[in-house]
Parts: sequence; structure tokens; C-alpha cells
Amino acid sequence: MTALRHTGYMTTTHLRQLWRQPWWIAVTLVQPVIWLLLFGALFESVGDLPGFGSDSYIQFLAPGIVIMTAFISAGWTGMGLLEDLDRGVTDRLLASPISRPALLAGRVAQQSITMVIQSLIMVGIALLAGASFPNGPLGVAGLIGIAVLISAPFATLSLAFALVTRKEETLIATLTFLQLPLSFLSSTLIAAALMPSWMEKVANYNPVEWAVEAGRAAALGEGGFDVVVSRAGLLAAFLALSAWVALRALESYQRSL
Amino acid sequence: MTTNAIEAEGLVKHYPGDVTALDGLSFAVEEGTVFGLLGPNGAGKSTAVRIATTLARADSGSARVAGHDVSTEAAEVRHVIGVVAQRGGADREATARENLRLSGRLHGIPWRELDPRIDQLLERFGLGDSADRIVRGFSGGMERRLDVALALVHRPRVLFLDEPTTGLDPEVRADMWHEIEGLGRDEGITVLLTTHYLEEADRLAAALAIVDRGRVVATGSPDELKRELRGDAVHVELESEMNGARAGLDRLAGLRDISVDGRTLRARADDGARAVPAVLAALDSHGVAVASVTVARPSLDDVYLRYAGRTFGEADKDTGVAA
Repeated sequence: MTALRHTGYMTTTHLRQLWRQPWWIAVTLVQPVIWLLLFGALFESVGDLPGFGSDSYIQFLAPGIVIMTAFISAGWTGMGLLEDLDRGVTDRLLASPISRPALLAGRVAQQSITMVIQSLIMVGIALLAGASFPNGPLGVAGLIGIAVLISAPFATLSLAFALVTRKEETLIATLTFLQLPLSFLSSTLIAAALMPSWMEKVANYNPVEWAVEAGRAAALGEGGFDVVVSRAGLLAAFLALSAWVALRALESYQRSL
Repeated sequence: MTTNAIEAEGLVKHYPGDVTALDGLSFAVEEGTVFGLLGPNGAGKSTAVRIATTLARADSGSARVAGHDVSTEAAEVRHVIGVVAQRGGADREATARENLRLSGRLHGIPWRELDPRIDQLLERFGLGDSADRIVRGFSGGMERRLDVALALVHRPRVLFLDEPTTGLDPEVRADMWHEIEGLGRDEGITVLLTTHYLEEADRLAAALAIVDRGRVVATGSPDELKRELRGDAVHVELESEMNGARAGLDRLAGLRDISVDGRTLRARADDGARAVPAVLAALDSHGVAVASVTVARPSLDDVYLRYAGRTFGEADKDTGVAA
């Protein structure tokens, strides 16, 4: 109970920060919108290849970009924590009766809520660009739920990473190193059937791919409901593992003091 | 019988890279008093505070705060302490009031009590007009006052102030001293203050421990410590480095604790003013020219020199260890 209440306080604190600079949401949306509109237009004819179930490439692309944005922006969650660590905010909280998981969960929750807002904006832009979502609002809700499920573990791992390395440069370098491989080793941009078989095999172990498959299945109805459920289960397990890692990282941070 | 609000017993803490931050640190703080941990940068004061506030764990030794063991009853300790760390720790993206609210809520203070308490603290620390401003725009002094207010929201029994006036203007420092004096006197809060300002310890602390290289080298009230030094400090600046002259001085009646460091000679004398002519004559007979002579009542600096074997300034420059 205390943990939940404290998570609530921390989430409010972090959300208020976002509320004070709402343009930040717009800034972080520039890249995904470029992917969606420019990449979507550039590769429009790719959608005609066999293996794409969808009617148009942009329709195929939209759920993938929502997921890609989710895991990429979640990766930056550790930056805010690094600033708090640097300023002594984290230490002050650690010497207070705050529930330890809440200290981290508040940031993950804030990131998840931000993700919901960003996903809705992206879905809107995709609709304007000519995509349709055959499964309707419920399908879109499923897609956004999956986006949160991929965002949360990446946000959690980013916090763990920040606690262990305590360097902005290291976090930035690691993220830029990981973002593209994780995106390309998935069916975000291209149908799995068109991937080289070794890549397809690797992709099976990529959480981003689980999310893309589930998100696409939810929004477009490709693959069916059981794909959504099974991948969501995998993502939940991934989140649980990440939470365990992050709590160990918090302990190791305190041991280093 | 008096009870101790803080008891530290044989605290040892090593950091990677063969750094010994604490080397068997022990001290006790009587309830309701202001206690000073005085020492240069790197003496281990902040490490001691981090352990006593449950932030860090000692490698060995134990500490109790308000009757609770800091390692086995950390949760209980966190409820009864307030901490002002060296780096502050207020959320700079939030307003003063929001910071205070979060702290109060985390301590489980009900809304009904919290809002009046916050207004009272804001008023008391002169932040009433800035209550709803973002902390980022605060001056150093305002931010420090907010740090202290944050540590007091839940009416702690023990307050830790880690170098509370470091980096503040002299004027702001004087205000802060005034506040700290009030805490112990008016509210009966036990205050543990770390400082590397001798005058700060002298003015605020009822009792203090001088810390050097992770150990307590002397304890007592500032007056007791100074009294132990019997007599005045004689401080002679020489024109050139001295060698050999000491032998002559050693035999001078009334001069003790002679130490020479480069061009500086320090000694103690029961009656400083009377000793000066004899000292000058002795130096002259050894061909040592004198630039200046000062005679002073004992200061904490002298106490530090006596127990740590080096002057405060020297120790402070020697910052091989994290503060």
C-alpha cells in the first residue's frame, strides 16, 4: 500500500515537471513523425511486395513506429535520474521513509503515461496520412497497451543502468548503440517473411519484435488475438525481470555510498 | 541521567582504491544539543553522516540514532531524522511548496496538518513570497534555507546538517547560524553539524569532536578543548627558513609545544606577552630574522594542531580523500 501511495506521489512530481514543459512531447515526436511520413512515403511501394498483409505500407508501418518510439524514448528515462543523483535529490529521498521501489516506479509510470499521449498523437498522424486501423479503437487501445508494456521494461532498465554507471555519456552511448540494431532486428520496418532467415531467428528473442508483433496484431488484426496475449505475457515477464535488475541496481548504488 | 540521541561506535568504512574514510570513528551526542563534527575536507565527516542517516553502511562498527540501530532498524531511523546534505537535494524543477509537500507526504503527514505546517516553515525561513516559485530560480541562500525547511517538515528528533554553510556568503552564513542556534534552543532538536569552519563549530556546537583521517582525535566543548591548551599561542613569522634555532628555544622557560613549519614557528606560553622578548632574543642570537609576531588566546585551530599534528589549513589542502 505504502509503495503504491509513494509511487503515486513520485509520478505526480515527475508528471508535473512534464506538464511545465509540454513542448517536450512535441520535440520527442519529431523523429517518429519523420519516420512515419518520410519513410512511409519513400518505401510506399514496398507494401506491394508479397508478405505484407496490410493494404498500404504506412498502415503496416504505423504500429511499428509506435513501438519503436516507445522503446527508444523509454531508454532516456535514466537521464532524469542521473540529474537527481547528481543534485543529491536521490540521496535525500533515500534517507527518507520512501518505499524503495516507488523511487524508481514513479519515473517508469511517468514515462508510461507520456507514452500513451505520444502514441495517441502518432495514431492520429497515421490516420491523417492514410493509414487505417481495422480493429478500431479497441485495437488501437491494445496497441497502446503493448507500447506501454515495451516502454516500461526499457525505462526500468535505463534507470538501473543510470544507477550503476552514473554517467550521462555512458547512457547516451549505450542507447545510441542499441537503438538501431534492436529496431532493425525486428519487423518494425519490413515484414518478417522478407527478413533473412538468420535475422528472423534472432528477432524471435528481441523484446521489440514481441511488441511489434503484438501491437500489429492488436491494431491491424494480423496474426490473431493469441499473438497479442502470448507476446504480452513475454513482455510482462521481461518487465518483471527488469524490475528485479533495477532494485538490485538501487541496492548496489547504496552499497557504493 | 542524560540520554544520547546519537551513538557511533568504532565506525570503519573503506572505499575502493584503498581509501579509508573512517578508521574507528566513535562519538556520542547528548539529546537536545548541537554537536559539531569538525575536521578538514576528507576527514570522513560526510561519510559518518551518510552512515548515521542510513544512506551508507559501515564496514564495521555500529551507530544508533534516537535509540534505533542504523543498519537493522533503518526504517525507524528514517522516520525520526531530518537530513541536509552537502549537495542540498531539493527538486529544482518544482516549487518550494511542492518540495515540502512531497517530503511531508512521504513521511505520512496528513494533508490537514501538512499545509499549515508548510506555511509556517515557509514563513520562518523567509520563503513565504517565493513559496510557489520554481526552485531553479532561487539564490544559494534561499535554496539552502529550503533544504533546512525540507528536513524539518516532519518534526524530526535528530537533524543532520552536513556542511550547511559551505559556499554561502558571509551574510547568509550568519543568518543560517542564527537559525541553527534556534533549532537546538527552541525546539529541543538534537543537531549533528559537520563543518570545516572553526568559527562555526566554536559558535554553534555545545560539544564537538575533532575528526582527522577518519578518527576522532579530541572531544569536548569548544571551551574545554581550548582550556586544555593552557596559555596563549605564540606565532612567529620568520624572514627565512629556520634550522638549528629550535635547540635554543627549547630551553626557554614558559614556552611549550614548539613546532616549526617552514617559515612559521608556533609555540605556547603561559603568558604570551611576557614570552615574546625572550623568544625574539633567542632567535636573534641564532641569527634568525623575524618578520612578525602574534600572540593570541587559544583558538580551535590551535586545538586542531595539537591533536591532529598539523594545522587546519594544511589538512584542508590535503584533499586526497573524498569529503
